[in-house]
Amino acid sequence: MDKIPILRMGRFLLVTIQVDLYDGLALTLEADLIKMVDKIGAKGVLIDISAVSIVDSFMGRIIGNIASMSRIMDAQTVVVGMQPAVAITLIELGLPLKGVRTALDVEKGMALLQAMNITESSEETTNDQ
Amino acid sequence: MILVLSKDEMAIIKEQDVVPFRNRVKEYAVKIRMGLVNQTKLITAASELVRNMLKYAKGGKILIEVVSQDRNTGIRLTFSDKGPGIKDIPLAMKDGYSTAKSLGLGLPGAKRLSNEFSIISEWGKGTTVIIVKWSNG
Repeated sequence: MDKIPILRMGRFLLVTIQVDLYDGLALTLEADLIKMVDKIGAKGVLIDISAVSIVDSFMGRIIGNIASMSRIMDAQTVVVGMQPAVAITLIELGLPLKGVRTALDVEKGMALLQAMNITESSEETTNDQ
Repeated sequence: MILVLSKDEMAIIKEQDVVPFRNRVKEYAVKIRMGLVNQTKLITAASELVRNMLKYAKGGKILIEVVSQDRNTGIRLTFSDKGPGIKDIPLAMKDGYSTAKSLGLGLPGAKRLSNEFSIISEWGKGTTVIIVKWSNG
């Protein structure tokens, strides 16, 4: 069975989707990612979809699911690199991906994840005092 | 009047057939110089409809046609299945309605993404959905 590789970068997980997704593959990715978040205590998940030319309602739902599940597991999700044509299509389809954080590219996405974690840890320190 | 310039047929019986089907639609769309946004809308609509066919009817057949009308060229896709059919089409066309716990965006979303959309369904016999996307539509 095909699998999408999940890379670990410190406490963040990085997924670059390089193939066209079919439903089974997307579901496997969802399950694998959540398992990994749990296993390494990840604080952030970065999903790069710059090579994805089609996001339909099913894949959109999986992206939303990954974001909500990670949030429950104390990790933030950022989706980066969405092609403009995909963004236009998603809105017309009726799937605005509410609750999913996005950034233009991997670099900005990483910066966003780091910024979110710094705010979070400084809040923790203030609470401790 | 719509003229048919070329015809191609594909059978879809399993989930893995979806990616080659999407690629085939893309090839035709590129061939008639459809813009990237319209290509993406067409393939996304096709993806929704092919999923419905697999989910509710265990697959079916898709006719891919290059059509022209006046000075416009486009792609017409005809999805036919021998599944259970749709009991209440107006209800199935509503956003958020689904009998399969999904988002219920498939049919209404596919309609919004296409230029022409028609659906014929007979309870117990099957469903046919036809969409047209014009290259400049």
